[in-house]
Amino acid sequence: MRLLIIEDDRDAADYLVKAFREVGHVADLAVDGEEGLAHALDGQYDVLIVDRMLPKLDGLAVIGTLRSKGIETPALILSALGQVDDRVRGLRAGGDDYLPKPYSFSELLARTEALARRRGSREETVYRVGDLELDRLSHQVTRAGDEIVLQPREFRLLEYLMKHAGQVVTRTMLLENVWDYHFDPQTNVIDVHISRLRSKIDKGFAQALLHTVRGAGYMIRDSK
Amino acid sequence: MTALGKLLRTTAFKLTLVYLTVFALFAVFLLAYFAWNTRRLITEQITQTVDAEITGLAEQYRQGGIRRLVFVVDARSRRPGSSLYLVTTRAGEGLAGNVGSLATGILETSGWTETAYRRLDDPDGAEHHALVRVFQLSAGFRLLVGRDLEERERLRDIVLAAGRWSLAIVIVLGVAGGFFVTRRVLKRVDAMTETTRKIMDGDLAGRLPVAGTGDELDRLATNLNAMLERIEALMHGLKEVSDNIAHDLKTPLTRLRNRCEEALRLAEDESQYRAALESTIEESEALIRTFNALLMIARAESGQARDGMIDFDAAEIARGVGELYEPLADDKGIHLKVEAPAATPVHGNRELISQALANLVDNAIKYGAGMNGAEAEIVVTARGEGDRILLAVADSGRGIPQPDRGRAVERFVRLEQSRSQPGSGLGLSLASAVARLHGGELKLEDNNPGLKTVISLPRAGSVPSAA
Repeated sequence: MRLLIIEDDRDAADYLVKAFREVGHVADLAVDGEEGLAHALDGQYDVLIVDRMLPKLDGLAVIGTLRSKGIETPALILSALGQVDDRVRGLRAGGDDYLPKPYSFSELLARTEALARRRGSREETVYRVGDLELDRLSHQVTRAGDEIVLQPREFRLLEYLMKHAGQVVTRTMLLENVWDYHFDPQTNVIDVHISRLRSKIDKGFAQALLHTVRGAGYMIRDSK
Repeated sequence: MTALGKLLRTTAFKLTLVYLTVFALFAVFLLAYFAWNTRRLITEQITQTVDAEITGLAEQYRQGGIRRLVFVVDARSRRPGSSLYLVTTRAGEGLAGNVGSLATGILETSGWTETAYRRLDDPDGAEHHALVRVFQLSAGFRLLVGRDLEERERLRDIVLAAGRWSLAIVIVLGVAGGFFVTRRVLKRVDAMTETTRKIMDGDLAGRLPVAGTGDELDRLATNLNAMLERIEALMHGLKEVSDNIAHDLKTPLTRLRNRCEEALRLAEDESQYRAALESTIEESEALIRTFNALLMIARAESGQARDGMIDFDAAEIARGVGELYEPLADDKGIHLKVEAPAATPVHGNRELISQALANLVDNAIKYGAGMNGAEAEIVVTARGEGDRILLAVADSGRGIPQPDRGRAVERFVRLEQSRSQPGSGLGLSLASAVARLHGGELKLEDNNPGLKTVISLPRAGSVPSAA
């Protein structure tokens, strides 16, 4: 995955570049809005990671300019402003995701990969992971041919996980996308939902599909 | 600006001058009107008297000729306080009367004239003024009857003196009065200015002096004092917030640091270092969450969140939060249900209200386990009551004893029975701040058994009252 990181804080920028490289991605760096805009216009990037507060041209303006020129590269906004209104403003400016600081790298990585995947995929009606099948239209879930009955919320949870099959999905991502909540639930509510789902789709089957990724979140994937 | 200059520039003084001018003009007008009318009256009286006399005397002349006239005039002239009389020949020779000398040419006139004259019995005395009428008799004789204008002149003098005096007194009294009143007003305003200056310099406890007269300055002072009270409370709150944030973050930060230091000292192999680092990350994340919660509380308390308010359905939020926490409750053997059948539109900050409700439900799950083996239950309700919407979470746990309820809402307070549970101790504080932001309050009630927490919010469409 080719990434462009637009961040003026040298320490944070170096950290990100190195961290992404360690997981096998290539990251270019721009230190202000103008440089970032120039790079984004030229290069072919999979995801842009844009800090909101930048010298010369701020993050939202960079994204806005790109969008007005028809460049649809997914952009993830990093910002110290973490309120819902700030998030809404960021997304409205053309951003695709919004991560308040301080963030953990695993969260950033999971979201970046989710954005990159989104770019390529067509909208499929049936998700498949191993022998687990989810039909988005009929809301039917089967594994090895047997139907599994899920509550509506459990279905949505599974749908999101399967949409990002093979990628890490963090608890925050689930809270935002499956429940549309932007607050901190304090306790591990998500974990309990996941374990319920797991007991429905993994219990009794030889192969576990729903995995816990320590320190990051969850992932559904075929372990073969 | 000199003290005098300040005084002269006050509205009160300028007002005094305006009033002074108005009243002075009025007094002058009144006096003039009175004087003019009285003068007219006197003149009228004189002319009437003189006319009557002349008619009478003319009659005498007709009846008895000049001899008769002279005789009568003589007699009348001798009477004290009499009118003025003069009978002359055509040549101007005096025949009878009490007039000594006249202004020249008077005898040639006819009708009413004013003239200076001297009395016959006082030829070297002062000149007087009179209003006279000259009557031409037949055979060339002339009859002059008049009255001294002394009275009228005295009136004029009185009026003028009165006018002069009253004007002087009015001006002096007005200016002096204005001075004193203005000085009093200025003193009060100066006192207020002084106090506000002290307040601006930092003494937030200062209040404007209230004289107790109930006038507009007092009302202004009272209102300003109320405003200062509010500002002081807000500043105090702000200081508290930053004090709290500083203080309460120091502890976990210190803990973090100590753990790292300890690891550096004691750890021997990689796995121990790794464990130390991982626990550091965990602590940091907990710290960040605490910090974010504090920020949220500060935001709710400072009223910043007011612009993010929209209309939404509280019942929907209740159902969503309930559904989110239901599995967790179930795992702990607590039955969680939501009673929010009807749509309950509220006007507020969706994010904060969701967080507040989630905090309450979270608390209920943590502390709401059943008593004495009774079936543990949590009920989340959203219903309307009058112009408010009530969001409530009722559990069947140990509850909070009445005396502890006030404290429980404060930041970082963990009551004895909950010390062992994970959590920051900010849940109720935030819920309380959010309720207050929306012009409502967080109430802790007995659920018999257990605790019932209630947040009241304004209905959508009603104006949210300031907290």
